[in-house]
Amino acid sequence: MGVCNACRYCEGLCAVFPAMELRRQLSGPDVDYLANLCHSCGACYFDCQYAEPHEFAIGVPTVLADLREESYARYAWPGFLAPLFERNGLWVALITAFSVTVFVLGFILFSNPGVLFASGSEEGAFYRAMPHNTMAGLFGSVFLYSIIAMVLSVRKFWRASESQGSASWRSIWQATRDAAKLRNLEGGGMGCMHKSETPSNARRVAHHFTFYGFLLCLASTSTATVMHYLFGVQAPYPWWSPTVILGVLGGIGLILGPIGLLGVKKGSHSALRPVSGSGMDVAFLVMLLATSVTGLLLLFFRATPAMGILLAIHLGVVFALFLTMPYGKFVHGLYRYVSLVRHAHEQAGDKQ
Amino acid sequence: MTRFHVVIAGGGNAGLCAAITAASAGATVCVIEAAPKGWRGGNTRHTRNMRVAHDEGNGILTGPYPVEEYMEDLLRVTAGNTNQELATITLERSKELWDYLAEQGVHYQPSLGGTLSLGRTNAFFLGGGRSMLNALYRTAESLGVVIHYDAKVTSLDIQDGVFNSATVTHGWQSDSPEESTIEGRAFIAAAGGFEANIEWLKEAWGTAAENFLIRGTPYNRGEVLRQLLDAGVASVGDSKQCHAVAIDGRAPKFDGGIVTRLDCVPFGVVLNAHGQRFYDEGEDFWPKRYAIWGRLVAAQPDQVGHVIIDSKSIDLFMPSVFPPLKADTLEELAQLTGLPADAMVQTIDAFNHACQGANFDHTEYDDCHTVGIEPAKTHWARPIDKPPFYAYTLRPGITFTYLGVKIDSNARMIMANGRNSGNLYAAGEIMAGNVLGQGYLAGIGMTIGSVFGRIAGESAANAVLN
Ligand SMILES: Cc1cc2nc3c(=O)[nH]c(=O)nc-3n(C[C@H](O)[C@H](O)[C@H](O)COP(=O)(O)OP(=O)(O)OC[C@H]3O[C@@H](n4cnc5c(N)ncnc54)[C@H](O)[C@@H]3O)c2cc1C
Ligand code: SF4
Ligand code: SF4
Repeated sequence: MGVCNACRYCEGLCAVFPAMELRRQLSGPDVDYLANLCHSCGACYFDCQYAEPHEFAIGVPTVLADLREESYARYAWPGFLAPLFERNGLWVALITAFSVTVFVLGFILFSNPGVLFASGSEEGAFYRAMPHNTMAGLFGSVFLYSIIAMVLSVRKFWRASESQGSASWRSIWQATRDAAKLRNLEGGGMGCMHKSETPSNARRVAHHFTFYGFLLCLASTSTATVMHYLFGVQAPYPWWSPTVILGVLGGIGLILGPIGLLGVKKGSHSALRPVSGSGMDVAFLVMLLATSVTGLLLLFFRATPAMGILLAIHLGVVFALFLTMPYGKFVHGLYRYVSLVRHAHEQAGDKQ
Repeated sequence: MTRFHVVIAGGGNAGLCAAITAASAGATVCVIEAAPKGWRGGNTRHTRNMRVAHDEGNGILTGPYPVEEYMEDLLRVTAGNTNQELATITLERSKELWDYLAEQGVHYQPSLGGTLSLGRTNAFFLGGGRSMLNALYRTAESLGVVIHYDAKVTSLDIQDGVFNSATVTHGWQSDSPEESTIEGRAFIAAAGGFEANIEWLKEAWGTAAENFLIRGTPYNRGEVLRQLLDAGVASVGDSKQCHAVAIDGRAPKFDGGIVTRLDCVPFGVVLNAHGQRFYDEGEDFWPKRYAIWGRLVAAQPDQVGHVIIDSKSIDLFMPSVFPPLKADTLEELAQLTGLPADAMVQTIDAFNHACQGANFDHTEYDDCHTVGIEPAKTHWARPIDKPPFYAYTLRPGITFTYLGVKIDSNARMIMANGRNSGNLYAAGEIMAGNVLGQGYLAGIGMTIGSVFGRIAGESAANAVLN
């Protein structure tokens, strides 16, 4: 970082460099903040005259990628679960396998084993396989737990580094726009260079599919809740219902997006990847993919005897997704967003 | 053997502007670049900006910079030692460069922190020179320009000022180099100066050159320049003229680039290897003086200077990449730096006693100066008495050399016998001496490269295609 501060050629590329220049000395939490501001667009690697083979071997994206993974563990809540971030891929796989097994067994043990091979698309069919209250209770509590864990982690992160006063709505709005557009993935306007010095839009497009696909799926779930409690209509819902339309669109996004990102990941330049290799990126993408694929399969085959087993698998996967959310790549979005808020806040303060 | 319309030696800013222009005009073009891909683009990869004339600011450039003002600046720094016709072309056509480079995919940013004074006159490349080069290479490739990396032009077949072919050694740094001959109907020399050729520098500077640090690429060794001069092309400039600055003495021998600059001189005293001061450290603000300090240090024994400051000043300038030597007493510091302790302490004592004035202010010409010592320090003179003490080393850092080939307004080389060459063109450092007889204006190196790169590309393509 000493070299960057004396050089400053990358000042216009993204939020990281101006934030770095505000600090003459970089301490722990500041480093975590910078690491989470970085979108790993690669511009500062391919543009750096001190990158390898130069003897200074500057590699800002590599360093920040490693620090970023470390920072996730540092702010995990509760703290003793931090080791889940190491070898994250393995943990997520184990938890998912376990969760799916429990759901399948649960279907067999607690209700009639026959439901595993039941079919049905008429109202209430799902709840014959698993009573609604059990489903809502289980998922409601895991969801609540995830939210609490993530809120506490983010709070720890925000409080770790000094900031002058609280963030204004303007900073929050600015950060929201930056995040929604992935502005910092642009290398200052040149495009993301995930593969080579030639910019490409693949990563941004795939990320948008994933992110907005995820939001659509959340919206789908919310409308289902509304249908259930407000209108008293029970799942499964008909094709034309907002729940299914949003879910299908989101599901498609969550298939194309993660596949695209996995492809991008495979072809990405080694300078953009963390050295440690916890597998958390792949784990999270595979989880999203599994959620959307099993969800859509359930939709298509709900009228066949495969419904029961598909429902069990889908619920198992979704349960594991929620459970692992605070301990996996999902948190990157939270820390990044918070960092963008801090950045917007800091730069605004700077100008006054 | 391969044939092209236009063969270009050197893949820096000048070579690529020439290649893009010639290829856009329809010529087949080959660029021969001595460096491997990771090091491509010579000194251009270290640059950050380009000085361009413009009649109005544009949001990033903060105000107008008319050609007339640019010309005044150029005449001042060169003391009139410039080819007026070529200088006029450079400045006039610099107006086109902002848009031209933007079309090739180059992006800009506001002037970087610490360089506010250049925000009006100089266009800063987003991401720096290497980013700019990446854009030019992408454009050149998309136009079908053939690029050979790790390929050095080792000899040129030139008869009576007419180029036939170049001998190229591919993989010249490897155990199994291979030679090939590349024929062309026109040749553009864009292979930089000879700043990385210590032997050649020694011809001008004597053994002192062994202690010079080369701020940029190790690949600009002047082979192409030498071949051209041997083939009877007229030279321009003096082999001792170059852009040289004082930089951190611990910088690597080559390619240290921008981060090796050291801004502490005005805050302390500079001693030579004998522990003596040799020049007014407070003559002017550092950015205006760092160029002359290259030559000053080059003239000292062992080509070295030691900046001594105390704890009062350590936080007043941009931190350097290499940490200073630090000691609680001057004697200890002398030991660390290898300076004769008695002489050093004596010099600093004398200096401390000579300091006058109480209103230290490093942002303006203050009243802190010395009385009764030679040389005087005319500003920012404060006693060096508050431990810990710090020492930095200064060495001459060569940016680029000015001796080059003589050209006309079409970038065509002129032969020593006064006639025009047949199909030889030049752009960039290798002809910068036509415009820069001496002195330097920040950002004009790139301007010369782009302007004459385009002219050379146009002229060569025209001559070949018509
Ligand atoms: C640290 C530093 C900072 C600078 N900053 C600025 C700045 O901000 N603004 C500015 O205007 N100027 C700056 N300059 C000066 C600027 O770099 C040069 O004026 C400009 O880059 C010259 O461009 P060029 O294409 O002529 O040469 P180069 O960019 O040096 O390209 C010459 C190329 O020729 C190749 N070559 C050499 N010999 C052979 C051979 N025998 N066969 C094949 N290829 C060969 C080299 O590998 C090299 O790639 C800076 C210089 C340095 C060292
Ligand atoms: S990444 Fe490289 S070019 Fe960018 S600021 Fe740091 S040292 Fe300079
Ligand atoms: S990789 Fe991109 S986002 Fe990260 S620091 Fe470099 S330029 Fe900024």
